[in-house]
Amino acid sequence: MRNRSTARAFYELLSSMRFAISLLTILGIASIIGTVLKQNEPYNNYLNQFGPFWFPVFEALDLYAVYNSAWFLVILAFLVLSTTTCIVRQTRPMLKDMRSFRENAREASLAQFAHHDRITTTLPPADARAPLSAYLSRAGFALRINERSDGLLLAARQGSWTRWGYFLAHGAIVLICVGGLLDGNLPLRIQMALGGKQVTSGNQLISEIGPESRLGVDNWSYRGNVFIPEGKSANVGILNVKDGILLQDLPFTVSLKKFHLDHYESGMPKRFASDIIITDNATGQSVEKTIEVNKPFEYAGIMMYQASFEDGGSRLKLTGHDLRPASQASPFETGGAVGDSLKISTRGLEYTLELVSFKPFNIENMASNEAPAETGTLALLQKNLGSGAKSPTRKDMQNVGPSIQYKLRDAAGQAREYQNYMLPIQQDGAWYLLSGMRAEPSAPFRFMRIPMDMDGRPDSWFAIRQVLLDPTKHEEIARRFTAAALGADAGPETRSRLQETTARSLELFAQGGFESLGRFIESSVPEGERDKAADVFIKILEGTAWEAWKMARAASGQPAPEATGGNGRLLRDTLNATSDSLHYGAPLYFQLKAFEEVRATVLQVTRSPGKPIVYLGSLLLVLGVFAMLYVRERRLFVLIKDSGEALVALSSNRKSMDVDESFRQHRDAIATLLAPSVSK
Amino acid sequence: MEIAHKGHSSFLSRLNPGDWLFALALAGGAVFALRQYGDFMDVYDKGILFLTVPALVALGAAWQPFRLFLAAAAVLALASLSLYQGDLARAEQVFLLKYFISSQTAIMWMSALFFIATGAYWIGLAARSDFGDKTGSALTWLATLMGTTGLLVRWYESYLIGTDVGHIPISNLYEVFVLFSLITGLLYLYYEGQYATRRMGAFVLLVISAAVAFLLWYTFSREAQEIQPLIPALQSYWMKVHVPANFIGYGAFALAAMVGVADLLVRKGILASRLPPAEVLDDVMYKAIAIGFAFFTIATILGALWAAEAWGTYWQWDPKETWAFIVWLNYAAWLHIRLTKGLRGPLLAWWAIVGLVVTAFAFVGVNMFLSGLHSYGSL
Repeated sequence: MRNRSTARAFYELLSSMRFAISLLTILGIASIIGTVLKQNEPYNNYLNQFGPFWFPVFEALDLYAVYNSAWFLVILAFLVLSTTTCIVRQTRPMLKDMRSFRENAREASLAQFAHHDRITTTLPPADARAPLSAYLSRAGFALRINERSDGLLLAARQGSWTRWGYFLAHGAIVLICVGGLLDGNLPLRIQMALGGKQVTSGNQLISEIGPESRLGVDNWSYRGNVFIPEGKSANVGILNVKDGILLQDLPFTVSLKKFHLDHYESGMPKRFASDIIITDNATGQSVEKTIEVNKPFEYAGIMMYQASFEDGGSRLKLTGHDLRPASQASPFETGGAVGDSLKISTRGLEYTLELVSFKPFNIENMASNEAPAETGTLALLQKNLGSGAKSPTRKDMQNVGPSIQYKLRDAAGQAREYQNYMLPIQQDGAWYLLSGMRAEPSAPFRFMRIPMDMDGRPDSWFAIRQVLLDPTKHEEIARRFTAAALGADAGPETRSRLQETTARSLELFAQGGFESLGRFIESSVPEGERDKAADVFIKILEGTAWEAWKMARAASGQPAPEATGGNGRLLRDTLNATSDSLHYGAPLYFQLKAFEEVRATVLQVTRSPGKPIVYLGSLLLVLGVFAMLYVRERRLFVLIKDSGEALVALSSNRKSMDVDESFRQHRDAIATLLAPSVSK
Repeated sequence: MEIAHKGHSSFLSRLNPGDWLFALALAGGAVFALRQYGDFMDVYDKGILFLTVPALVALGAAWQPFRLFLAAAAVLALASLSLYQGDLARAEQVFLLKYFISSQTAIMWMSALFFIATGAYWIGLAARSDFGDKTGSALTWLATLMGTTGLLVRWYESYLIGTDVGHIPISNLYEVFVLFSLITGLLYLYYEGQYATRRMGAFVLLVISAAVAFLLWYTFSREAQEIQPLIPALQSYWMKVHVPANFIGYGAFALAAMVGVADLLVRKGILASRLPPAEVLDDVMYKAIAIGFAFFTIATILGALWAAEAWGTYWQWDPKETWAFIVWLNYAAWLHIRLTKGLRGPLLAWWAIVGLVVTAFAFVGVNMFLSGLHSYGSL
């Protein structure tokens, strides 16, 4: 007995509105967590973000995949349970109510209605019956007539559909949740638990992954990715589960003929499309198809989508430059495919070159940032009038050519990342080869600008730099510079002092570029004279760079350079780039010489058995919501008494202002019908 | 209320000659659009175009002033198109385009008119001035007219940049803010007519003005108004149904919240003699939330269908999806409390206001603070 009452109370609670509202609130709040914390990231990212203490705590709470967590599913299950019990509880009274016309309602209870009125009738009940019935059915009411002892009751109702709306909308919630559950990762987890499947780290080759981490073609619910380079094929999908992967065998093989990557003029991606051939493993039949974003393709019950694309191992040819001071080494050739790691062990260096990525083109805004002279509100407004097609500020989108990213890892395992452009880029009127470096993956690249000489090559920079940074040449440069700077009539003391200062400057510069010089000035020159001193040092350095250039050219049998403005600028740029190169992090610079691009597509393969259920639920939900909100249930009662009085009463399932209006109109119309003589 | 009473006659028999003319013009417009621009549409686009006709006819029949409004917008947009003569540069050369009916200018006009309308409504409220109210109302009509024209012309301009760039202008945060202002304005004008009171305008126009202020900031300091081509995921006919449905939802929720503010004031006795009675405000609030909820449900489902096609799954708890779900839960709970529990009073008004905060976060906050698949509207 006690048990039954507890069960009853539990049932009452589950089906109660308060419980339902609480669940909606809890579900809402729980959902927020997954939007604040990025979901399904690699576990390392979380470890970095939260540290070793909180990482396992959050992991235990399933916060990295909230929407697949057991506790979230339990909340959803309660929602389904609550909705179901609510439906069960409401079904009987609602159906009864829908069928009933309440034609036995007593006069006293009708008189309790919020909307009721007594009107006079000149028609006897028998005569009133026909015109009233006609009026009510014209007004869209279903009707039942009861001849009772106290008179004739016309019980009319309309809009019972709104009750169906209730069943549709609430049944839809259950359907959607059930369908969603089938498409979630619950089936996968059940298979893992029952079938003994285990995730694997994904660091090995696909062929090395054993059956314990493979799902068969009979799996009926999954979502995975297939990676296919151009000209290659694949027949397994990869499922990311927690911090590992599972393989999903496909009943067919997909080959990628070509991957299309189209761009708008602005460099924004316009179209991703894969030309694929699907070959059925069982029948051997092939289908050719192009899959695009927004244009998926279904084969053998499996939907395939264009999910993303990657480099498929583009082949790169590189020229390596040894940047070590005093290195007389000439450039060397190397190369490999994107994704490869290459050992660089020439001339005592020990580095690993990891080819990270390749971009066949880069579109940048090359417009100079100088703001136009127009100012003021009116000018600003003027600028923003007209068509939406124009850009208020000038843009000049240009393709600056291919670029590569690579990592250089030293013997100790420390890596720095580099981004190098293949072609020179024009900046502030001169051309440079750009090479960016960063020590942290999250930091922006800091760019070194290697100036191009009058032949459009970086060779002059390499040559001048080589001489400038070579300590064995500093004395010679200083001597030549002094000779050029001072006329023949300068005393030996001045001469030797300048030569000494010059040699010292070169030595400092070779250590750490302008930074070393700056530190030297700060430590040895009084504050008021530092600017002047810096100017002097810059002049000296420019002069020595000029001498170094002449020496370099003489060494290779070339004539001395001419003292033109362009060459002056080249020297200044050379000094800047040389200074930057001393903070470049590695003694190697790689220039992209040639490439052969190979793309790879990533297709998503999906089997979602719950989709039709969810779609059906969605349709029912819309119908239900509209029926509930917009079909008005009205019950109109007209009790015609023999006494010449009639009682009109209206009830509605919703209390709203239009009920008042509706009652007034029906009452007036009925009054006219019942007392034709009065109104005429 | 008029409509409720007419419930017993069929839809077609309720159409008056004006409605028929309107329907005819819309059908003619659809055929014209098909002949003129059919090459840029796929079969779904054409289907949507055809279904728009009965939808707008029904709207015009239920809300008669809408017919004139749409006709005026069509005339202005067509005038703009014919002045352009297929040459974008003419936006700078032709006086009417430069200062009235090129898209940016029209949207600027919309912004200015919404601000002035807000002022007029407040004057009407403060001075109990019928003239102020009527001015506010007229200006709101004009503002929505200019905004609608602006968007229609922007649609055309996008195709002038390049046929591969052209698309319906509801694809980024800038464009949908214009859409939001328009839809909220139109919804308000509908209720203004239905309840025969102009006093709610002072409150509803505040939220539109806030949206317009954001729009102007977005224009002047971020230059967000430049038409951008569509990324592959957005190149779909689904956008034409998903986004407008969503913004009917957002607009209605915003309107409900502002009416909720007025409702709370009236209940406290503030401005009570100048504003409609609490029952009326309560009723408007319910109506707005009901229509908003219905359309938001449709929008979310349409979004799910689109997601299934573009991203390969109808639901993946992307932040935007999740927040849409939270918004939906919130108003589902609101409707349950009101309809099933029969609750009335300040709690629902407060709840509607909190609802706007949740909605605003789903609309703008997600783009600002969270990253995800819906990131084409980032700030």
